Amino acid sequence: MGSKGWILLVGILLAILHQDFWLWDDGSVLFGFLPIGLGYHAAYSIVVALYWWWVVRAVWPADSETSDDEAAP
Amino acid sequence: MIVVVIIVIYLALLLVLGGLSSRRFRNTSDDFFLASRSIGPFLLVMSLFGTTMTAFALVGSTGKAYEQGIGVYGLMASWSGLIHSAVFFLVGIKLWALGKRYGYVTQTQYFRDRFGNEMLGRLLFPILVALVVPYLLIGLMAAGVTVEKVTAKTEAFGPDGVPGWITAGVICLVVYTYVFFGGLRAAAWANAFQTIVFLVVGLIAFFLIADSLGGVEAATAKAEPTRLIREGSISRLHFTSYLFIPLSVGMFPHLFQHWLTARSARTFKAPVVLHPVLIMLVWVPCILIGVWATGALGTSKPPNAILGIMVGRLQDPYISGLVTAGILAAIMSSLDSQFLCLGTMFSQDVIFRMKGSDQLTDSQKLFRARLFVGGVILCTYLLSLVTTKSIFDLAVWCFSGFAGLFPLVLASLYWKRTTAAGAIASICTTAAVWLILFLQSPGKETLILGMMPVVFIVLASTVSLIVVSLGTKPVDSQRLQRFFPMKDESK
Repeated sequence: MGSKGWILLVGILLAILHQDFWLWDDGSVLFGFLPIGLGYHAAYSIVVALYWWWVVRAVWPADSETSDDEAAP
Repeated sequence: MIVVVIIVIYLALLLVLGGLSSRRFRNTSDDFFLASRSIGPFLLVMSLFGTTMTAFALVGSTGKAYEQGIGVYGLMASWSGLIHSAVFFLVGIKLWALGKRYGYVTQTQYFRDRFGNEMLGRLLFPILVALVVPYLLIGLMAAGVTVEKVTAKTEAFGPDGVPGWITAGVICLVVYTYVFFGGLRAAAWANAFQTIVFLVVGLIAFFLIADSLGGVEAATAKAEPTRLIREGSISRLHFTSYLFIPLSVGMFPHLFQHWLTARSARTFKAPVVLHPVLIMLVWVPCILIGVWATGALGTSKPPNAILGIMVGRLQDPYISGLVTAGILAAIMSSLDSQFLCLGTMFSQDVIFRMKGSDQLTDSQKLFRARLFVGGVILCTYLLSLVTTKSIFDLAVWCFSGFAGLFPLVLASLYWKRTTAAGAIASICTTAAVWLILFLQSPGKETLILGMMPVVFIVLASTVSLIVVSLGTKPVDSQRLQRFFPMKDESK
């Protein structure tokens, strides 16, 4: 499987991981103040940023760079 | 009184910044509308983020978390981190490239050219305008209610504080002044400055509010326990169905305009990666403040007022003033782009088309654009004086309409078989389904079969687009060649 396939697969996995149904009624608190459901989704946001960092490195659209060249004076 | 003085100083600073950015203004309509397509990565990150983080993100999220608890973060913020960046990546970059190649300034121009159909433009224009207006309204309403609550029960302003209509009016004037002189370049600079202000001040406010409640641990301990979980307040299906709401960014006219300002495609890399983290930095504190407010205020306060009340409880007026200025920064960083985009749409899609763009000199175009921005601001201000809906719920309805138009922009970029009739069917279906569901909603958040109405709007829009496109004559190959060059096919 190529980079695009892996990226699509991980993207779908991230969408599934968003549904943290196992934490629905979990009232535990992290670090004494952060409800676990909120902590999970805050960490999820960081993982999503790392995912996009991988995406722009691995599959940056080459044709968009061509447009840069076309537009150059 | 000190609170108001600090807010006035902040607004004056903003005008100075607008003045400085106008020195770079090239006095052309292209610079007014698109900053001559010269915006680099830092300004693009800040302006895209500042534009998407509206009153909804601060005032609305705090109020909604006060009502429904921590699940509000998952509903909007973490979905947005994934979906917004996907839209920037899949839609934004392509539209930027096409905009640069063919000189588009508005979405209507792109769709009209993509499908070679005049009616499409006439149909899309009023719908986009009708959907942006409520989005503007929530900004003015939030600014008014926040300053009102922060200044309430003070010696200088009496029990009711500064009336909302005064704050909304002053904000309109400030935004209009810097947009008037510097156009989108001034808006981008102001957005960057205001985004930094609301990120920094937001974090300061978070810790000060926590401190006023006895520390972060005590604040969470005192909060209503039902707000620390999702059981009982948000169903699983409801939670999942929010996935469709962030698709709306793909059709925000103000975001389209910001995308076109990028200097190069590479400029998009930073916004795609950093956007989810920036969302987290703003939303986590807001959600916690909303949850903590249930312990400090009880559970019967109006949700729109929660952030203002919590800031107003800070004993130090200097801090209250600074934090209020930060909230106004977040609100204004969206208002300027939205006002400007509506002015741009009226100028480009109505006046320039009626008169003929070639018939007007550049200074005449500039004059008309400025006049229209002023007209839009005045109309929105008057409407804000009579609107009373919940900020969060009004925004979600507005996002649902834009999300319904997302299949159209996606198909126009990736599916050659999309036809003008399919596009028109998709727009009409979105408008009809949205209107029916909105009119039937009782005012509070409406669910259909346990899901958000947006699910049905997007599905209906997609089905009508596909069915009608397949049943009508394809777009001619010469036109398609302009939008899907051969090199794309070989990859």
